[in-house]
Amino acid sequence: MDLENQRRVKEFAEKYGPENVVVVLGASEGEAAGLAAETVTAGDPTFAGPLTGVQLGLTVYHVCEPEIKEEFDPDVYEDQISMMEMVLDVDDIVNEMSAIRDEYCKYL
Amino acid sequence: MNAVIKGASYILAHVPGMVIHNGSTQITERIVNPESEYLKQLPEHLRTYQQAVEYWPNQVYIGNKTPEELAGVEFPYYDKPLAGAGRYGKFGEIMPEAEFLLLMQCADVFDVLLLEKGFVAAHRDELAADPVITEDIAARVKEGAEAADIERFVKEEHAEGLYADGKLVGCVKRAHDIDVNLNAEVMHENLVNKASNTLALLYAVRNAGIEKTDVEYVIDCSEEACGDMNQRGGGNFAKAAAEIAGLMNATGSDSRGFCAGPSHAMVEAAALVKAGAYKTVAVTGGGCTAKLGMNGKDHVKKGLPALEDCLGGFCVILTANDGVNPEVNLDILGRHTVGTGSAPQNVIGSLVADPLERNGLKITDIDKYSPEMQNPDITKPAGAGDVPQSNYKMIAALAVKRGELEKKDLATFASKHGLVGFAPTQGHIPSGVPYIGFAREDILAGKIRNAMIIGKGSLFLGRMTNLFDGVSFVIQANTAAEQSAQSGVSESQVRGMIADAMKEFAAVLMAKE
Repeated sequence: MDLENQRRVKEFAEKYGPENVVVVLGASEGEAAGLAAETVTAGDPTFAGPLTGVQLGLTVYHVCEPEIKEEFDPDVYEDQISMMEMVLDVDDIVNEMSAIRDEYCKYL
Repeated sequence: MNAVIKGASYILAHVPGMVIHNGSTQITERIVNPESEYLKQLPEHLRTYQQAVEYWPNQVYIGNKTPEELAGVEFPYYDKPLAGAGRYGKFGEIMPEAEFLLLMQCADVFDVLLLEKGFVAAHRDELAADPVITEDIAARVKEGAEAADIERFVKEEHAEGLYADGKLVGCVKRAHDIDVNLNAEVMHENLVNKASNTLALLYAVRNAGIEKTDVEYVIDCSEEACGDMNQRGGGNFAKAAAEIAGLMNATGSDSRGFCAGPSHAMVEAAALVKAGAYKTVAVTGGGCTAKLGMNGKDHVKKGLPALEDCLGGFCVILTANDGVNPEVNLDILGRHTVGTGSAPQNVIGSLVADPLERNGLKITDIDKYSPEMQNPDITKPAGAGDVPQSNYKMIAALAVKRGELEKKDLATFASKHGLVGFAPTQGHIPSGVPYIGFAREDILAGKIRNAMIIGKGSLFLGRMTNLFDGVSFVIQANTAAEQSAQSGVSESQVRGMIADAMKEFAAVLMAKE
């Protein structure tokens, strides 16, 4: 995850409390989504950014996961996300995200 | 009439030394984690020059192989060397690091770049033998400096070292003691850009079959900035490179837009030519040191070669309509506006579906799409997937949503209307433009009727806006004959009308008599 985004996620967690922050990802690949999810839960796996060694354990979802989809106004989802939903390997993304959440999320 | 694509060039420079010393991933790692395993292992993953030459995607980039031929190669590509591959291709070449360092010196007009005497002596004839390096350019190589002086500049004066085969062979000195915009790192980055830009310009002039004196305007669309503390991005790479290339009748300017830069520049160039402001315009982009080895950590971790070891450059020559070459249709322009939004659906809609709809066309009316053409060999192991394929899936999905494509044809859309990625991950370099050279040839050969070039840019990286950006345009077969045929009909009609009027007038006169 981009170093600046890591810094912002860290700041939000400190400001609002980690239990009150949900990170929503839009990565186009399961692996990339998993890496970002790992960064905001277990710490930066590349050991480069502000989240290196910081285990925030934030709640994190991909926008195409069913838990997030049902939060949306269906018209907005249709307008903004449905095309990508057709394109992405949603099952792969759900598997990656679930694995990371099960292992590292502290607030579920 | 629309401007035409007269020719294009695509060049690479294989620079493994710069991967280690100048790539931003490696620079960052040396700061935050200087003893890391990655930094220790990276040198073992660097490719030799011969390996870079025999790399399939590189051979496609310089025009010796086509994207269609690459599609027939089993993925991944890095372990399938192309036997017998050569340095030179019809679009350009793959320059070795030693010669590129000499070319950087040719591009240096402020004596900030020093090369060691013995190194210069060993390689100056090699550079002079390059078919586009003319005598006046080769003559810019200096005799060389003492190794001890170079070492002193690097150790004591903050100079940026230049390396070949792991040895210090030169340096780029800082151009100012305090101004960070002129420090050695920035000067190095900018000289690399200028030198690769120059090489791209030289090949483009050759490939277009024009004279250097024909070029009237150059637009640089790279992602570097040159200037000083009072004007950080003052410019102008375009004119600076044109000077070294010997384009004596050209002026120019820099156009920026992150990775969307080249497409913006192409539209600007086509408009300048169509408006008659300039008859011949070169759009050029040089290579970027920062992006060398950008995904190196993933490549090393997965046991692959460090595949981001080449600087890329390209140049397209646009001229007034010659009645032959493919033209840029300025009626079909896609643009991501401030109000478009950043959802992929909106982005693809604004760049692909909307401009076509405005012209009564469907997504399937475009024969080939060239969006972000990153080589998947580089991006897939880094978790970024196959970028061109993702784009084709999005375009196809949008076509399905619009009822222009059957859902069952989703899977075959990419092979019919797309290309496999073959460009180095040098930011602006892979963004739409790598296909222009092939598109020109395929349209001239009648293989395709048209192609859409799509550039996209991540403006938010500059922290000035959260907006995304993108612009697209269509290259099509030359329509000059049709247009003059149409205008010919109307001219004869006009003549007929004048003749009729004269007859009537004569009749009136005769009646009066």
